[in-house]
Amino acid sequence: MIPLLLGVSLLTFLLMALSPGNYFTALQQNPQISQDTIKQLQAQFHLDKPWYVQYVFWLKNVFCGNFGYSMAYKISATSLIITRLWNTFVLSFTALIIAWGIAIPLGIWAAVRKDSWVDHTCSFFAFVGLSVPDVLLSLLAMWFAASTGWFPVGGRESPLHDFLTPAQQFWDHIHHLILPAIVLAASDLAGIMRRMRSCLLDTLRAEYVTAARARGLSEGWVIYKHALRNAINPLLTIFGYSLAGLLSGAFIVENIMAWPGLGRLTVEAFFAKDSYLVVDTVVMATALLVAGNFIADLLLAWSDPRIRLK
Amino acid sequence: METAEPIAITETPSASSPWRLFWRRLKPRKIALVGGVILIVLYSIAIVAGFIAPYRYDQIDDKAFFHPPVWPRFHGLHLVVPRYEQLPGDFNYQVVLSDTKPLHFFIHGDKYQFLGFIPCSIHLFGTGDGDYPVFLFGADQFGRDIFSRLLYGSQVSLSIGIVGILLSFSMGMIVGGMSGYFAGAADTITMRFCELIMSIPALYLIISLRNAFPPGMSSSQVYAMIIIILSFIGWASMARVIRGMSLSLREQQFILAASAIGQSHLKIIVRHILPNTFSYVIVAATLSVPYYILGEVVLSFLGVGIQEPQASWGLMLNAAQNTEYMQRFPWLLAPGAAIFITVLAFNFLGDGLRDAADTKQN
Repeated sequence: MIPLLLGVSLLTFLLMALSPGNYFTALQQNPQISQDTIKQLQAQFHLDKPWYVQYVFWLKNVFCGNFGYSMAYKISATSLIITRLWNTFVLSFTALIIAWGIAIPLGIWAAVRKDSWVDHTCSFFAFVGLSVPDVLLSLLAMWFAASTGWFPVGGRESPLHDFLTPAQQFWDHIHHLILPAIVLAASDLAGIMRRMRSCLLDTLRAEYVTAARARGLSEGWVIYKHALRNAINPLLTIFGYSLAGLLSGAFIVENIMAWPGLGRLTVEAFFAKDSYLVVDTVVMATALLVAGNFIADLLLAWSDPRIRLK
Repeated sequence: METAEPIAITETPSASSPWRLFWRRLKPRKIALVGGVILIVLYSIAIVAGFIAPYRYDQIDDKAFFHPPVWPRFHGLHLVVPRYEQLPGDFNYQVVLSDTKPLHFFIHGDKYQFLGFIPCSIHLFGTGDGDYPVFLFGADQFGRDIFSRLLYGSQVSLSIGIVGILLSFSMGMIVGGMSGYFAGAADTITMRFCELIMSIPALYLIISLRNAFPPGMSSSQVYAMIIIILSFIGWASMARVIRGMSLSLREQQFILAASAIGQSHLKIIVRHILPNTFSYVIVAATLSVPYYILGEVVLSFLGVGIQEPQASWGLMLNAAQNTEYMQRFPWLLAPGAAIFITVLAFNFLGDGLRDAADTKQN
């Protein structure tokens, strides 16, 4: 995990070094700032040195838990990233719960009632859900929020947030969270549901299921106690993929629905040419994904005793 | 008395090529064929976009900002286009049904390059009068015809998928094939690098790759840049799978036979190993094209991809980002529908191809 993150940071740093100019290039045009000040600032951020020197400085700071200083935001990058990372985490986690909470029961239902209207409706919506791009879905959600007025149009909190009581503040956050989380969940839901259905169908064809039925066990017992336990394992392995999809989806949802998360920060930092911040966010997003995959492995080991972590 | 049944002569299966067998398995999957037909239509339209589009992608009409969609209607046996009158206020239009102009087919209009190289000025339809515009899907904030821009944009958005796939999959196949065939240290290093690329969430990687290119490039440079960025991300997963297949194929006897008759390593990889991965590659390619199309959409949508006045589906969606515009002029979302139909068609086709390629399933 650590070598991987090192590699990722090295790669993004290399890409950053390839890009011409930096945050101060734009400032040089400003007649109110003297060239000496800019030189001094560049030296302060080591931007006048070759990229590998910058990288070593950056790495040394990161190991001390310091992500540097955001030139564009004029605050410590560490606190900026932690707030944004938390927002992305809240959004993705809510979407994860919505997606899996709906997809698993629907997938089971579709598999149990194979070839019924339930199954056909589910697979139709799964196809549509897999094909609607996140960009379009987010735009439609914004349109929905704007025309009904049921949900706030983007953002994480209302302008009057600071004047509300704690309970109202909490509700305000939830109210802003619902729509982006649903949009994010919708893109993930279809894939999980289809997978759940096909896994359960595969298991229901197994011989031990026939044996269980032959022993006269009730259908519910056969499906939920015998088949489902085994069908859920392959699903836990797609948990990691699902997480990667969620993070990329969150990137789009954050940027369109003005949710101040990591993806939005990346784009803002990119436009400001705040290059260190771009590297920071990419490394943090990768760390989030790697941690998620690790949790998926743990879940798998917990659910299937035959798999042991090395 | 029963007559002896003549012994039924069982038909010997004729030796069919793998492609014929594949086609036989694909044919009953109607939904895949529907997806295929939609794609053929979409790509054909993109190729002859200049002919079908009544206007150029960058033709600005300063009297028609946010013009509503205009549909020709029948007047007797002729198709006519009504005039729209601009009302006071911002972007309010009213149709004047009494004042119409006939719609002509194969009409002379703006010059364009048919198929990209034949200078031509004949358009499929049009009124030939600037006061009677035929905006099938309305006009955008600069009074440009959305239908025409959609067609010109499809040239960019649809071709990026195909070119990107060709580039990244050929790279993935060559690297993966060699990596699995030679194994050893080079294999380990390549695969670690692939894992590195795959472990970064795709869109974050896209932005940091975009960071490496200078701003203010020409439109063809931007187009090449988008393909390079998307292929850089795409080849890794392909290389990993091909490497796995190559690793198991190299142990097979026909590879041993090929090397026994003295074929070179390169020839063995290209002629014997890679063809065995084709059925997987074709399915994976069909299912991956949407990711390339969506990658372009996201880049252009964020304003770091295709630039105005060029047209691309992502860039056009960017205009719909303003919720007030979206509510008042919903036709700005037309490119979203185009993306949806394209991705749906690719998923239909890819799903059918996957089932047809899966010979173990009965």
